[in-house]
Amino acid sequence: MPRARGVYIQMEDEIASIGSVIGASWTGLKAMTATSGPGFSLMQENIGYGVMTETPCVIVDVQRAGPSTGIVSAPMQGDVIQARHGSHGEYDIIALSPSSAQEMFDMTVRAFNLAEQYRTPVILLADETVGHMREEVVIPKGSSLTIINRKVPSNREEASKAFLSASVAPMPVFGRGFAAHVTGSSHDEYGMRKASAPEAIDKIVRTINAKMVPHTSEISILEKTMLEDADTVLVAYGSCARTAEYVVKQARQKGLRVGLLRLIGIWPFPHEDVKEALKSARRVFVLENNLGQLFPEIERVAPEGAETVFLPPEIIGTLHRPSYVFDQIAKEVG
Amino acid sequence: MPAQELHPLSKYIRKGAQPHTHCSGCGNGIIAQSFLRAVDAAGIPKEKLVCVAGIGCSGWIPSPFFDVDTLHVTHGRPIAFATGVKLGNPNLEVVVFTGDGDASAIGGNHLIHAARRNIGVKVICVNNMIYGMTGGEVAPTTPRGVKTTTTPFGNLERPFDLSRLVVAAGGTYATRWTTYHVAALVAAMKKALTRKGFAFLEVLSHCPVHYGRRIGISDPVEMMRWFQKQSVTIEKARGMSEQELADKFVVGEFVDIDVPDLNQMYEQLFEAARREPD
Repeated sequence: MPRARGVYIQMEDEIASIGSVIGASWTGLKAMTATSGPGFSLMQENIGYGVMTETPCVIVDVQRAGPSTGIVSAPMQGDVIQARHGSHGEYDIIALSPSSAQEMFDMTVRAFNLAEQYRTPVILLADETVGHMREEVVIPKGSSLTIINRKVPSNREEASKAFLSASVAPMPVFGRGFAAHVTGSSHDEYGMRKASAPEAIDKIVRTINAKMVPHTSEISILEKTMLEDADTVLVAYGSCARTAEYVVKQARQKGLRVGLLRLIGIWPFPHEDVKEALKSARRVFVLENNLGQLFPEIERVAPEGAETVFLPPEIIGTLHRPSYVFDQIAKEVG
Repeated sequence: MPAQELHPLSKYIRKGAQPHTHCSGCGNGIIAQSFLRAVDAAGIPKEKLVCVAGIGCSGWIPSPFFDVDTLHVTHGRPIAFATGVKLGNPNLEVVVFTGDGDASAIGGNHLIHAARRNIGVKVICVNNMIYGMTGGEVAPTTPRGVKTTTTPFGNLERPFDLSRLVVAAGGTYATRWTTYHVAALVAAMKKALTRKGFAFLEVLSHCPVHYGRRIGISDPVEMMRWFQKQSVTIEKARGMSEQELADKFVVGEFVDIDVPDLNQMYEQLFEAARREPD
């Protein structure tokens, strides 16, 4: 970081970390913070502030076993709903789910791009297994990466125009004479505080939610493995997807028509695309390392008449044993 | 309106942001004007000034009324946000407007750490000794015995001495004045704005509506006379006993030391990293 004139600072707590990240973002820089469950809980209020003020930033949450201090280094995907709804109020957010060390790198770049494009906090929702594993990572040359930068107004007149629009307004970053007025309170489309007008908060809620929804397919990408002829589909994300991929290969060797649908982006949830991907499935197994946080979303779009089964590991806080998953599938297929 | 009728500081006021939200008789107007006079005297260009506001009446001094970049943040956290702004762009003059509750209750941790790391953020702490905006609840600065909405039988706890707290945390510049001591306040603000490191400017401010009323001084002018009468300078206070100081306000400069600020330290780090071979 210092060689690139980048600032790394260890703040006094996670509330301060996300606060200073948002402050730094308003100077026009790209800023991020990383934490796990308890710190992620502490950050929630200011993540909502980032959403309300449309501040691009990246928050890495390496999920551990909880609630509370739980187990420091045991895998669990317990923060999936928190990533979506952890701060108070009505809002939408982007969360990506990496399954490998390589994806930790690639998705961090992508998380910044999405944050800049949509002017929103983006959560890189990793889990303990992915966070602690050691794998080969190829770091491409900087020039070969796609980098998206936020739009910035060219003058104060442009900066003072109405900015609340689903098409994402330019960000009047500090220090350029825009006299930006940034507030987490309800405000009108010019940024002026309107704390007692329900119409203002109605407009904010609808607008900041509408800016990402039409682009859900581009944001929340799916990876399909051997789905074409599959009658049984495993749906998984994060570290669970690694077990699922192994089991799919094993099942194929035994002649079972099993495929994998991996969710690379989980919020906003890509209902339409998941529905399309699952349309020929007769059995859907949803692998999560929790008690079913994303399961209801998948169940909603699974084909009518298909059997939709939630499949956690035998012991929550450990990884799915491949033989256990295989036995469950084989039993059902059998 | 002819140009000569404009207030000399009106260039700092955001058009269309009126009317303000302060109660009549509030000390915030005095603090706002003192600050803008200091900015003007220090010659800080508007585009270099960023005001970060916390939650509480003090936040409404700059937000949205000052025609500069303003960041009005979550309760207790303005110093944390301001730290990010100052590290992100060291060329900006970053000023926090916070209250005694915002800075020393919910945000107390950020205050001591900002003082410790000497981040070049200037903190103007409006201390009215109560939670004014929410209706007069006890604050960490409320004197013992005072009856508030949440201490109807009198406050049991000892109040924080904020300026001394900042000194103890390693603060390099800390002053306390009141809304009565305008000339000294403007001078302290100007000095803070021309220094590099962290600065803590405590301003005892009169809140006739939610504090004065509870201690039997509901007239703002009387409250300022009370500040005048009860204030003793830090120099004079050195010769007074604890008993003599019990109901006094000690005012003046608590610390002024020259230590490299955090941005300077980062510059040195960048330079050292650049020289170090791969």
